[in-house]
Amino acid sequence: MIIELGHFAFVLAFALALAQTVAGFAFWQRGGAASHFVQQAAIMQFVLVGLAFAALVQAFMVSDFSVRLVYEHSHSIQPTLYKFTSVWGNHEGSMLLFVLTLALFGAGLAAFSRNLPDDLRTLVLSTQGLMVAAFSAFVLFTSNPFWRADPAPMDGTELNPILQDIGLAIHPPLLYLGYVGFSICFSFAVAALISGRIDAAWARWVRPWTLASWAFLTLGIAMGSYWAYYELGWGGWWFWDPVENASFMPWLAGTAMLHSAIVMEKRNALKIWTVFLAIITFSLSLLGTFLVRSGILTSVHSFASDPTRGTVILAMLAAFVGGAFLLFALRASALRSGGLFAPISREGALILNNLFLSAATAGVLVGTLYPLVLEALTGARITVGAPFFDVTFGALMVPLLLLIPFGPFLAWKRSDLVAVTQRLIGAIVATLVVTIIVFALMGFPVSLAPIGLGIGFWVMFGAIAEIADKGAIGRASLAQNWSRLKGLPRSVWSTAIAHFGVGVTVIGIVCATAFQTEIVTSMRQGESVEIAGYTVHYDGERLVEGPNYMAEQGAFRVTTPWNTTRGITSERRVYAVSRMPTTEAGINTYGFTQMYIQFGERFGAEGRVVRLWYKPYVLLIWLGSLIMAGAGFLSLTDRRMRIGAPQSARRKQSEPAQ
Amino acid sequence: MALTRKQKRLSVIAGLGVVLALAATLIFTALRDQIVFFYSPSEIAERGIEPGLPIRIGGLVLEGSWQQDGEANVFVVHDGETQMTARYSGILPDLFREGQGVVAEGAVQGDGTFLASSVLARHDENYMPREVADTLRQQGVWQGDEE
Repeated sequence: MIIELGHFAFVLAFALALAQTVAGFAFWQRGGAASHFVQQAAIMQFVLVGLAFAALVQAFMVSDFSVRLVYEHSHSIQPTLYKFTSVWGNHEGSMLLFVLTLALFGAGLAAFSRNLPDDLRTLVLSTQGLMVAAFSAFVLFTSNPFWRADPAPMDGTELNPILQDIGLAIHPPLLYLGYVGFSICFSFAVAALISGRIDAAWARWVRPWTLASWAFLTLGIAMGSYWAYYELGWGGWWFWDPVENASFMPWLAGTAMLHSAIVMEKRNALKIWTVFLAIITFSLSLLGTFLVRSGILTSVHSFASDPTRGTVILAMLAAFVGGAFLLFALRASALRSGGLFAPISREGALILNNLFLSAATAGVLVGTLYPLVLEALTGARITVGAPFFDVTFGALMVPLLLLIPFGPFLAWKRSDLVAVTQRLIGAIVATLVVTIIVFALMGFPVSLAPIGLGIGFWVMFGAIAEIADKGAIGRASLAQNWSRLKGLPRSVWSTAIAHFGVGVTVIGIVCATAFQTEIVTSMRQGESVEIAGYTVHYDGERLVEGPNYMAEQGAFRVTTPWNTTRGITSERRVYAVSRMPTTEAGINTYGFTQMYIQFGERFGAEGRVVRLWYKPYVLLIWLGSLIMAGAGFLSLTDRRMRIGAPQSARRKQSEPAQ
Repeated sequence: MALTRKQKRLSVIAGLGVVLALAATLIFTALRDQIVFFYSPSEIAERGIEPGLPIRIGGLVLEGSWQQDGEANVFVVHDGETQMTARYSGILPDLFREGQGVVAEGAVQGDGTFLASSVLARHDENYMPREVADTLRQQGVWQGDEE
């Protein structure tokens, strides 16, 4: 009964979204009642989709196997958490979560947009409503999670065991909040193109949504990467796999948009480009959804994909992206750009940032889609390997990373590179010293690793130098330093912190790639093996019973170079219902460094194949990402986000065309 | 810096053009060198793939062919027509099974065997790598439903 109510609520949400779209687009210039209706509809729609989602959650929690989706993806002996996460551990439920997120952002905008002009809000919400309508139709007609199974089976067939992990509770919702969140930026762009009004105030209104989506996406990607790292048991944290690229491309484009919108907000320039990026970013999210859902590209993360339904997503992708670009082509010329600036200026630096980020996005896009194109054209089946991405992406990131510390020091309009370099002299010297020390410690090898580390340190020191400079540290009394630092806007802090996070991630990547050690060996009970100064002792195996699996558990003891010893266990599980085996890696953490043990097949009477990794400073990769996301959220609390931009909104009417 | 608005815009556009051209060159050069072709054992036999070239092969693991000696694995990949012996040192993915689909990346050796540097894992019991499904369909071996 509850599931039917959920189904009904969802149909209502679909109808309401249609009404919202039609009414909004028809009467957006009228304001008044239409504007009010669209706002209420957006909020009500979220409530309805939320009810539908809750009904499905309830079916999973009580293991109602008369619902087909529950039967196919859950089991009564699954731990409660995994019953809950099973809701979106499949195609249908995952698409419902997608619609829920779309509706959430629509409702969020409707609720927190008092300082938005009525017509703009109505247009944004209508566009958002159109997307909710399209994706609800997709869910209702091709991927309906509410169908019953008749007769009801006795028990379910279990969630894919590899998904039975806390990671499934965290990664997909965060990822959706991120890349579906960019839908609201897309709606803002479409609204701007339709109304023909776009200015600095527009950039300020979009900014909190871009920031929030970007921060969530950063978290989502980082959590996904960490999850794959510990769950897949290969010790890798990024494979340049199509599914990973699918979420990474919107991140790159979104990062570019975050920066170009600053120029638009402060200097009223780069308008067309920012609108273009807003469209591109969400288009890449939709492309990602298509790639992931259709399974058209072979991925290590593939599950629950379905090529036939993928075609429908492709059609929707074509309609939304094609429509938006058509609008863009028709209307973009009407947008006048203002703001003159010299090449050496804050604007110039942000343009370079955008250039490198877009080129990197294009590189990842080409590498991801090339196999599809080549197969369609020549029939050859290929994969584009990680080296392609390492080379192209790496080559584009190096200049970008080198430039980051300069950006915040450059003045708007026109700046002086020599003066900026002088203010950065402390960071430059510190970076050179650290790089040379690293080179010396490594014995002056012919290797790029110290240079990579140097780049990471440069970005970090640059961020510190920015704060030090703004706080006049070394140039004024401590009391003055303190009051200056306290007075800095949070957006300045968050810029510096986010850039610092980039440096931390770079250092983690370089260390984990260049200095990791890996050993594959066969071990008998009682044997030891040495890896990077650590001694790993194999104590033997035992059988362990989990709630819904049996595991062969290998027990190890790891002795560090400083003579502390800690146990570690690694398992090979077989899940009771699906009979599917999985490997649970054993991981010990020492500071930011990890020892990673994978327990392999039996070898002889009491031996085991064991694969060990020593991963120095690997945690910095994710720590840096957390810092970046945290900076994004901090920036959301900046004063100008709260007060909105009423004066700019009024100025817009009187502002002469430049 | 007495550039006119137009000159400034042109200089910015020229700068952008240069960077984009560099990026494009980089991408397409790397693409030429870094793509890995996928072949079935039959295609390898027909085309005579040169030893040492990085490729992917895919097919079914022949029943009863998998031998293990510690971390050293030997198994036979077939597509219903041709068989190819593959060797891999390490821990095979959890879902590696005899009689099931497999994709391996590596190179053909001088002796005609395949030395795999990695064996692609699947996440899903029911999931058949698309290339493998296509290969088997071409050879008429595939009996599963349309995916």
